[in-house]
Amino acid sequence: MSPDFLNFVEIVLNGLMAGVMYSLVALGFVLIFKASGIFNFAQGVMALFAALTLVGLQTGQVPFAHLINAILGSNVHHWGDGMNTFLAIFLTMGVMILLAWLVEKIVLKHLVNQEPIILFMATIGLAYFLEGLGDLMWGADIKTLDVGLPVGGSFWWEDLTREWAATGTEYYGMYIDVLDVSATLIALVLVIVLSLFSQYTATGRALRAVADDHQAAMSVGISLRTIWVIVWSIAGFVALVAGIMWGTKSGVQFSLSLIALKALPVLILGGFTSIPGAIIGGLIIGVGEKLAEAYIGPFFGGAIENWFAYMLALAFLLFRPQGLFGEKIIERI
Amino acid sequence: MKFTKTIMAGALAVMVGATPALADLVFPSLSYRTGPYAANGIPFADGYADYLTLVNERDGGIGGIKTQLLECETGYNTEKGVECYESTKGQGALIYQPLSTGITYQLIPKATADGIPVHSMGYGRTSAANGKVFEWIFNYPANYWDGASVIVNDIIKANGGDVKGKKIALVYHNSAYGKEPIRTLEELAKKHGYELSLLPVDHPGQEQKSQWLQIRRDRPDYVLMWGWGVMNAVAIQEAVNIRFNMENFYGIWWSGSENDVIPAGAGANGYKAATFHGVGADYPVFADIKKHVVDTGKAAGAGDQVGTVLYNRGMYAAMLAVEAARKAQEIAGKPDITAADMRNGMEALVIDQARMTELGLPGFGPEINVTCASHGGPGLGAIQQWDAAAKTWSLVSDFGPADRDVLDPLIAEDSEAFAKENNITPRPCS
Repeated sequence: MSPDFLNFVEIVLNGLMAGVMYSLVALGFVLIFKASGIFNFAQGVMALFAALTLVGLQTGQVPFAHLINAILGSNVHHWGDGMNTFLAIFLTMGVMILLAWLVEKIVLKHLVNQEPIILFMATIGLAYFLEGLGDLMWGADIKTLDVGLPVGGSFWWEDLTREWAATGTEYYGMYIDVLDVSATLIALVLVIVLSLFSQYTATGRALRAVADDHQAAMSVGISLRTIWVIVWSIAGFVALVAGIMWGTKSGVQFSLSLIALKALPVLILGGFTSIPGAIIGGLIIGVGEKLAEAYIGPFFGGAIENWFAYMLALAFLLFRPQGLFGEKIIERI
Repeated sequence: MKFTKTIMAGALAVMVGATPALADLVFPSLSYRTGPYAANGIPFADGYADYLTLVNERDGGIGGIKTQLLECETGYNTEKGVECYESTKGQGALIYQPLSTGITYQLIPKATADGIPVHSMGYGRTSAANGKVFEWIFNYPANYWDGASVIVNDIIKANGGDVKGKKIALVYHNSAYGKEPIRTLEELAKKHGYELSLLPVDHPGQEQKSQWLQIRRDRPDYVLMWGWGVMNAVAIQEAVNIRFNMENFYGIWWSGSENDVIPAGAGANGYKAATFHGVGADYPVFADIKKHVVDTGKAAGAGDQVGTVLYNRGMYAAMLAVEAARKAQEIAGKPDITAADMRNGMEALVIDQARMTELGLPGFGPEINVTCASHGGPGLGAIQQWDAAAKTWSLVSDFGPADRDVLDPLIAEDSEAFAKENNITPRPCS
């Protein structure tokens, strides 16, 4: 095979895996939108908050240490060597469930039957609040996140693919980041578990009932508020997974919340209500933007992938306004 | 009635507390302790604040007058930075250090009109080094073009003086800041015969797979980086992932802090960056900061950033401002100086190694000699290298000069174009 063709395959593969990383963020948006019709602006910040909490627990950081020291004149920072990663993940999940409960209790409960834009505005407020809370609790310094996931290029894949190139050509083998491979596997497991949960458990069926028709679901005794807590908890779990993957990649720092920007074209393309849509949309955006950057980018001076992703999503909208897998809404007047 | 009086007294107390005393020497700090770039903004702001506190606590201020810090949060946002400038300029501000190239560009015409000096140390508009055109703007001791040239000089030295045919890639933040070194690197490429390729990265730089796949395919001999915030950490991690030789990876000084290399762990070992000041906490001034500021509970932060690259840079920026104020007092013959006096002090600033030693910073930076014509200072830079095991930076070169033969004509060309666009007649400098 020619090196050019192998380079093309390499870009497609890396695009697919970058797309999976975007899908991990998009999934959280979809879950909440599907169950409650809320576009959760705070999903990116939830990923940041979850990652901050995980690192804080893992490294034994005292939450609100700066505040405590400022008020009491003390000098506390850490309570020990930290804790086991699995325990830290488990406790972080507990924090995200508590957060979901508080969001329902303090914010959503009071906004039942309000216009979607009001709920959207509330999530903007939530995003700012969570960002500030994360800063106050864990500090704004960059933290290294290590949950034992492998990182770096795969030697095995590089050696294997080097032999695919035609003899006499200069080819260094194909590059794949093993962290992206892990993300792909985790996303796969996540989608399977979410699908099984929604298909085969009573709670899952209740979630789908609420997603289909709020009022009909309430009329058969399903508690909308309980469902909201469950959905926000699941979205919190997805945010934790996204936070772990992105935090491992770049360190846990406050621009992590901006990963939400990468999820928006995925949502536009895949639809706001479809879990498979979030995955397929992510893959298309990932491959599309990487190919565009490699083959069209040089004509524009490079760095086109951010806006190209939105262009690609908008082009899809011309043909399917509801997104690839979104529900077609027909409202009778 | 009593209640009304209490309220009025309280309001008066708040107003008095919020406004600097008239006799204070006011140093605004356009900081960013929140947002995506907070991790970098905090240590710089802490270093700046702590040095001013040190001057008050140890020396009783400058020439007997206390300094006052006016901190305003910009979030590294240009609009907010301009708002900060507008809201603080009337409070006796002596000097602005915007800590953002975008904010600096906005403040150049405003501060010039208002008669308040701007010091963009190691950032901002490079051609502001021409004092004949930019009367109120200073960018000593070094600028981006100096940084680019210093890095290229180090590469030339590593290759025995010949880089002809070598491939150098520039990974840069796709913004005014990131694009600053391009012209210089292109001119240096013409002179030295290396091949330059440009790889822009969009804000914030969380995803750079495309750029690093291209680097892996093109196999450049050297990669240079003009990044900020998360872009740096991701780029270094990606370089580690593709097993790029870290010895051949250079960042500008804004891509060379602990925040940039620590997330990549051991893989970042050997990464290099340009710098215009010393590294580490092994200078007497830090003992003073510990004694008079940190241990007395007056530090701006927790005191755990002392000696880090960005803390040191903030402290250095404050030191240069304080020394300029001292010079301004000397020229004006009075301790309570104005912004115009401060400008005069900056333009006459001379700091030799003897003075650096007196300040507790022996060898921390090169000697500085600002003149009417040259607001850029010496333009010297050094190379620092990261030791991942020890988690420390160390200087691996002396402070060396940039290629003035290439840079000075570029500065003259750019500043003259600015003067023409803005109807500025360059002032004579004897």
